[in-house]
Amino acid sequence: MTALLEIRDLKAEIAGKQILNGYDLTVNAGEVHAIMGPNGSGKSTLSYVLSGRPGYKITEGQALLAGADLSQMSVDERAAAGLFLAFQYPLEVPGVATMTFLRAALNAQRKKRGEEEMSSPDLIKRVKELAKILDMDMEMLRRPVNVGFSGGEKKRAETLQMMLLEPKLCILDETDSGLDIDALKVVSYGVNQLRSKDRGIVVITHYQRLLDYITPDVVHVQSAGRIVRTGGKELALELEETGYARYQSEAA
Amino acid sequence: MAAVQETVEQVRRVGADQYKYGFVTDIESDLAPKGLSEEIVRFISAKKNEPEWMLEWRLEAYRRWLTMTEPKWARVDYPAIDYQDLYYYAAPKSKAGPKSLDEVDPELLRTYEKLGIPLHEREILAGVERPEGEERPRVAVDAVFDSVSVATTFKEELKKSGVIFCPISEALREHPELVRKYLGTVVPASDNYFATLNSAVFSDGSFVYIPPGVRCPMELSTYFRINEKNTGQFERTLIIADRGSYVSYLEGCTAPKRDENQLHAAVVELVTLDDAEIKYSTVQNWYPGDENGKGGIYNFVTKRGDCRGVNSKISWTQVETGSAITWKYPSCVLRGDNSRGEFYSIAISNGRQQVDSGTKMIHLGKGTTSRIISKGISAGRSSNAYRGLVSAHRKAEGARNFTNCDSLLIGDACSAHTIPYIEAKNPSCVFEHEATTSKISEDVLFYCMQRGLSQEDATALVVNGFVRDVLQQLPMEFAVEAQKLISVSLEGSVG
Amino acid sequence: MDKAPVTPARKLTDAEARLAEIFATQLSAGAPQTAKLRAAAFDAFSKRGLPNRRDEAWRYTDLRALLRDVKPLAAPPDESAKQSARNAAVLADVTARRVVFVGGYFVPELSDLSDLEKGLSVMSLSEALAKGDAATTAQIGNVGEVDDPAFALNTAFMGEGVVIRVGAGVCVDRPIQLVFVASAQPATYFLRSLVIVEKGARATLIESFEGDTTQEYHVNAATEVVLEEVASLERLKISREGAAAMHVSTFVAALAADAQLSDFGFNLGGALLRNQSFINISGQRAHAALRGANILKGKEHADATLFLDHAAERSESKALFKSVLDDTSQAVFQGKILVRPGAQKTDARMMARTLLLSEGAQANCKPELEIFADDVQCAHGSTVGALDENLIFYLMARGIPQAEAEALLTEAFVGEVIDAVENRSVREALTTLVSERLRTRQ
Repeated sequence: MTALLEIRDLKAEIAGKQILNGYDLTVNAGEVHAIMGPNGSGKSTLSYVLSGRPGYKITEGQALLAGADLSQMSVDERAAAGLFLAFQYPLEVPGVATMTFLRAALNAQRKKRGEEEMSSPDLIKRVKELAKILDMDMEMLRRPVNVGFSGGEKKRAETLQMMLLEPKLCILDETDSGLDIDALKVVSYGVNQLRSKDRGIVVITHYQRLLDYITPDVVHVQSAGRIVRTGGKELALELEETGYARYQSEAA
Repeated sequence: MAAVQETVEQVRRVGADQYKYGFVTDIESDLAPKGLSEEIVRFISAKKNEPEWMLEWRLEAYRRWLTMTEPKWARVDYPAIDYQDLYYYAAPKSKAGPKSLDEVDPELLRTYEKLGIPLHEREILAGVERPEGEERPRVAVDAVFDSVSVATTFKEELKKSGVIFCPISEALREHPELVRKYLGTVVPASDNYFATLNSAVFSDGSFVYIPPGVRCPMELSTYFRINEKNTGQFERTLIIADRGSYVSYLEGCTAPKRDENQLHAAVVELVTLDDAEIKYSTVQNWYPGDENGKGGIYNFVTKRGDCRGVNSKISWTQVETGSAITWKYPSCVLRGDNSRGEFYSIAISNGRQQVDSGTKMIHLGKGTTSRIISKGISAGRSSNAYRGLVSAHRKAEGARNFTNCDSLLIGDACSAHTIPYIEAKNPSCVFEHEATTSKISEDVLFYCMQRGLSQEDATALVVNGFVRDVLQQLPMEFAVEAQKLISVSLEGSVG
Repeated sequence: MDKAPVTPARKLTDAEARLAEIFATQLSAGAPQTAKLRAAAFDAFSKRGLPNRRDEAWRYTDLRALLRDVKPLAAPPDESAKQSARNAAVLADVTARRVVFVGGYFVPELSDLSDLEKGLSVMSLSEALAKGDAATTAQIGNVGEVDDPAFALNTAFMGEGVVIRVGAGVCVDRPIQLVFVASAQPATYFLRSLVIVEKGARATLIESFEGDTTQEYHVNAATEVVLEEVASLERLKISREGAAAMHVSTFVAALAADAQLSDFGFNLGGALLRNQSFINISGQRAHAALRGANILKGKEHADATLFLDHAAERSESKALFKSVLDDTSQAVFQGKILVRPGAQKTDARMMARTLLLSEGAQANCKPELEIFADDVQCAHGSTVGALDENLIFYLMARGIPQAEAEALLTEAFVGEVIDAVENRSVREALTTLVSERLRTRQ
């Protein structure tokens, strides 16, 4: 069976500086992986390399999504192929109404996959359902994308987008940063709703806290641009005890 | 309201009597005959024992100047200048030219002492108080009195690190190859009316060369003094920072109180090669004229820096408090890739002063960046204009500029103007410009006074806050001097 | 704006010589009501000639160099021209009272002047002049002191246009749309209108210019607006001229106390487009909002030049101009805020933003503050740059293709100006025009 995400000996750089140094990771459909690591270990870089942010360059190795080479696809093609990145710092898009944005994104993806577009009434209905689950005020969704949202509201909005777009692979980049406990619970609930045998989830986080709510199947420790240790969910608890010091020294 | 009204009244009462540098030094001078002609150009060149090519250069500029007309676009207004009624050369009489400081006319030394610029190597700029125990920084000074340099300090010490710091007339004799290579390459002799006039008749000024990789061991400074009546001062400064070098250069100016207007048309050229940096600071305090606009210096100056090398940087900081008319636009040509230009300015006008000043940032190279912070304060019946150009040429990929111009008005008889030109020819450039004009907030004044500050102190506080971003750019010694000057310029409103 | 230095006698350009010839042969012997006005205006024009880059106000649009020859004055339109004008498309879906001009001539059969609202008077300029309408002869050319050669030229040559008068206290809800359709022949049009909104009255004026021809034609249009006390006018001007057209338009407005003006100039096509506005705020507490948008491509050149003259206390002005430049198009923004001595408590703000979408596009921007009163709040700002790469990435990461992401962000950029249009159906029609124009981008 083809893995959902397969990263093989991946090396990547930004502005000539190598950040990923031979990264290996395999995520199968139905699995939730957590990637933990100290600050500066290249966790966000991984998410940007996979999603294709300009400036992040793969120099060696491969990243395959359901067997397809990500490096051969543009950013929007990767999204249509089912890769979703929940941003650590979601951007504000002044002047673009949230609904317009959601419609444009969903239908562009569907079109690319040869699926039928979702009608506006259906879309509004669906968004309303999701907003209810995530405890979001519809009034917020009438504003331009993320403009004037608090940190917590932005993360809820990212989760809403993820649930609407129903990607194959969700990458959550430090989704817990800047969240209070209530928002954390709501967002985790949304993510857990998405758990299914067809979908893979990668949770990137510095703290164990989020993993109390989203229980991972596999936990990896990343340091200096590669995975240095892999274990079960108990590894996260161990890290909580011991901290990252030993991995940092290994990296140095 | 009352507080502001009082402030306004007091500012209005301020006259030229506040100008404490307005004394005359009684010293005998060598004067060239009045007026301008080829003979005078030859006379100046001969006085300075210049090489033949220099004379030719001057004569070419002079002939060019005859075909030009005075620029009229600036927001300044003055009666026609009679260029034949000026002395183009004035030098304090001395025997051969002093070999060392001991030989300099004591009257001159006293003049500089009075100005707060002692020409002794053991001392530093006066008026600077430092905490106990802190080492006093040393500043090398080139003192220019009318048309000639009378003394340059710390020359020997600078020589040890390979730094050349001397009057430009001396550089023409001692380092002709360097002068010839760079003179007129930043501000061409045909650049503009006043620069061309300067090219024909320039008298003295400083020459600085910092060799590759050298960080100049002390601040360099030139102090300009106009003393003689009816003279024009036409100084010329040329600073070259070779690859990877750094220098901080300070310039100060004063002149006696006289009823006649005096012309000062200087040219300053800066060149930075790869990875080099020049920081150029000016405190301009020429005599501004009296409260009725009588007398004062016409300050028509062309200053330009050429960031010729990659990653090089030129930073202009100016505090303009003097002169009847100021017409100057210290600019940067950002030629080298990733080079950077900065312009920080405080321009204060009071009485009948007219200021039209600003900068140009010409982005030619890739990844070039620039920053402009301009603070104008108008009081009395003065007019204060910021005029600037930011341009990105086709190849200036990724050019960035940020400009902030703020004007503060004190009283309802003055005016403030902001005239920026923004020209972008590259889609990847990002230019941001913002400008505001306002007066000191009544609310802030009230708030401060409610906390016990007098209205003068409150105003001073606000004005200091207003100019703070720029003052911070000045070297410590100058910042103190500048702060005092600002107080004097706005006497009555600032404690 | 700034007086150009008087230049010694120089050789006239071909275009200037041709203008003098046309004036002498066709206009100097015109109707007595306007003969004096025309002669004085032509005299004023001749002293300066066609404006060139040495005129500070025309620094980036050198009309003297650009206007190589002068097309003949337009002849009356034939039937087929009138027929094709029926398809005039700009804001066709907006409910409005249309006054239609084809090839510079008023066409009554295409216009709707029936059932005028009580207190509203609309007539063609030629009719008003022929009648000797006192308000028209008193106001035309006198609404503001404008020292500009293109405006002087318009006054000297003025052809057709309208005179609109909204009586005191009258509120006209239905917008009045002046539809100017160019005909297919090369021609020069001098259009001139006068709008008087009396005390406490209110109206909406739309001026749309279109030309479905690749022929070169020249439009010199001018509109003068008088806003009496507490009067209010929303004005929209939309130019979608032919690809080779040159269009220079002057807007002069005088605002009395508590008057409100909202003006929006929108450029969607034409080889050269210039909107110059002279806003005289002589009444206390008057308020002027000025907005503009350019969406340009090819080699189009658009120039918005704005002069805001605050001469009264507590008046306000807000200006917002946006340009989107594709291909090798060029946009010019010049805006001067003048606060005269004594105009205390003025609040004036101006912002110009330009988006460069392509290599070769050019933006020139010159906002100016000229302040002679101290108790004021004045500010201007300007930005030039490309679309934010991070935003494009964010949209693409959600699956939106690059071209669409850019179009969405560009629409949002222009949207800020459109959103301020008060009339809802006009606003929606404009939004559609913007997206059509942006989607045709290559």
